[in-house]
Amino acid sequence: MKSEAAPNRRRFLNIFWIILGGVAVAEFVAVAFAFLRPAKSKTPGENTDLIFTAGAVERFRPNSVTAFVRGKFYLARLEDGGFLAISRTCTHLGCSVPWMEKEMKFACPCHGSAFDITGNVLEAPAPRALDIYPITIENRIVKVDTRNPIKRSAFQVEQVVYHKKKA
Amino acid sequence: MQENTAMPDQLNLFQRIRYSIFPGTLQRPAYRDRYRNFFNSLILHFRPRNVQQRTLRFTLTWGLGGMAVVLVCMLFATGLMLKFVYQPVPDRAYESIIHLQNNVLFGQLIRNVHHWSGNILLIIVFLHLSRVFFTGAFHSPRQFNWVIGLVMFLAVLTSNITGYLLPWDQLAFWAITICTGMLDYVPGIGEWLQKLIRGGNEIGPATISIFFAIHTAIIPACLLVLMPWHFWRVRKAGGLVIPRRPDEDEDSEDDKVPTIPNLILREIVVALVLIAAIMAISVIFNAPLEAKANPGLSPNPTKAPWYFAGVQELLLHFHPLFALFIIPVFMLIALVSIPYLNYQTDTAGVWFASHRGRRMTAVAALTAVIITPIGIIADEFVIDFAAWLPGQPSVVSNGILPAAIVLAGISMFYWLVKKKYAATNNESIQSVFVLLVVAFVILTITGIWFRGKGMALIWP
Ligand code: HEM
Ligand code: HEM
Ligand code: FES
Repeated sequence: MKSEAAPNRRRFLNIFWIILGGVAVAEFVAVAFAFLRPAKSKTPGENTDLIFTAGAVERFRPNSVTAFVRGKFYLARLEDGGFLAISRTCTHLGCSVPWMEKEMKFACPCHGSAFDITGNVLEAPAPRALDIYPITIENRIVKVDTRNPIKRSAFQVEQVVYHKKKA
Repeated sequence: MQENTAMPDQLNLFQRIRYSIFPGTLQRPAYRDRYRNFFNSLILHFRPRNVQQRTLRFTLTWGLGGMAVVLVCMLFATGLMLKFVYQPVPDRAYESIIHLQNNVLFGQLIRNVHHWSGNILLIIVFLHLSRVFFTGAFHSPRQFNWVIGLVMFLAVLTSNITGYLLPWDQLAFWAITICTGMLDYVPGIGEWLQKLIRGGNEIGPATISIFFAIHTAIIPACLLVLMPWHFWRVRKAGGLVIPRRPDEDEDSEDDKVPTIPNLILREIVVALVLIAAIMAISVIFNAPLEAKANPGLSPNPTKAPWYFAGVQELLLHFHPLFALFIIPVFMLIALVSIPYLNYQTDTAGVWFASHRGRRMTAVAALTAVIITPIGIIADEFVIDFAAWLPGQPSVVSNGILPAAIVLAGISMFYWLVKKKYAATNNESIQSVFVLLVVAFVILTITGIWFRGKGMALIWP
């Protein structure tokens, strides 16, 4: 009786220890991942400097693009007077795209992608249109919220913001 | 008995200290020999006492594994020195490198040695992998050592990438932007992975400290474990593969010679020549350093580090999902599975498996040298599936379709050489390996030298 029980108990204890060890390792891995995850800033108001006051509506000519270096975005005013805040980060691999005034396009220096004034892809390899940021216009002042870029596959008219209701 | 030990009080201070460290040298000559044996067996820890005479031939290993060891040691030594001066924060990193180069005695030289050792190590390890493959040294019992080697290869690659960012100049910043941008295309977890590695949405302070930790702690620790394991497996396999001519049988002819001095002397010679070469290169060529990183201005062209130039070139021809994920993962799986495929014969020790294998290797290399540039040029100027197949998503027109064509080409090649040469699968698999490796090397060369502004094809 005893000679059978002992090995069984030993096996059970061995397995028990292995399971406990596994749990400990899993806990450590979970803590490590939680530790390494980019921290969200908890202080309220810290992010308000990511909302940019671009300026008065009149400052921007239709069919023009203005760079905001600190905000890392472009404010494009389309032909019909509507606004788009376009991210400067190429959707291909993340280079900064400069605006080519003469050719009226964004041309990425890294792998040759090109985008039109609405951010639409003119030339691959970029797989989708440049990201945009939400715009609010109050009292003819354009404000851009650069906290969260909006991904899009292509330009759509609904993305354009106007300072007055279109007739 | 008594005269064996000299009386400590007859000794001066320095002798007393010396003998306290090396008590054995206090002994009679016979004991000294024993002591020397003890030291020798320290050296012999990872090596057998005797080695097969024929494995000493330079044309078996080309000294490549030993060179890799020497370079890793140099990287550790110089890296530790750099760590004393380098400051891993965006506002200080670039400045600390400038300070290192201008004000620190031998600072520029140490940086150069680290830079060149790191880059050359990658080439040496690649050549070592090739020699192991072509001498069939991955067959049992060396199968798992091939896998350990691959992990070390990835470790060295990671080390190079993470080190690349540290100087925080334009070159570093944009190359790493591109490399981490690639992660975005990994299906499912890509965005999460990218954020984890960058420590946020963009490359910034968090990225530097993460890369610094990986570069100066995690990878060195991994290498310190993996390298002894690698050498121990070589020893467990009974030493290196024994080189033989294709028509020679695997004989167990025992012509062993002592490791000391036969092997050690050869290793020391290779190490000294290599160290001299690295020093010469480092004195003549400085490690590059451009203007400080400017997140608003991508230089034109922005190129990935040279070892990724091949992947970057793929990217110009395939949809990113294929160029950055499916093709590399497929290649990695293929590399890991090499020792575990079913082979008809054990070709361990025979260069290129057989006479036929040598011919097939040449044919495969030639095929790749001809087809790859034609493919690149055709895709640049003629082929435009996206325009020919309007309405298809680009995953199809730039991804599935060209990948299927390439895969069909490779399969056809495999089938053709197998038929034509009535080859064993050792030889056919080897020729596909050659085809792919040479094609990748050509893609790399194209990416490094034949791509100019806006990534257009140029003549250098
Ligand atoms: C940091 C990287 C590496 C170091 C320091 C290293 C070092 C060595 C050394 C010193 C040897 C002894 C013989 C020789 O010089 O060839 C060796 C053998 C070997 N290495 Fe590596 N190696 C590395 C990477 C690799 C890689 C990437 C592979 C393959 C994927 C690999 C697979 C092997 C195999 C299979 C052997 C046994 C060869 C035989 O028995 O003939 N190693 N390695
Ligand atoms: C396999 C081993 C290693 C490889 C392949 C490697 C490679 C590199 C490379 C390519 C760079 C960039 C140098 C440049 O072009 O400016 C670099 C920088 C650096 N590495 Fe390493 N490294 C290795 C090990 C280490 C170790 C063990 C340490 C320290 C513990 C270290 C510390 C540094 C530091 C502080 C820098 C920044 C200084 C600079 O950029 O010049 N490295 N490494
Ligand atoms: S990052 Fe813009 S084209 Fe590649």
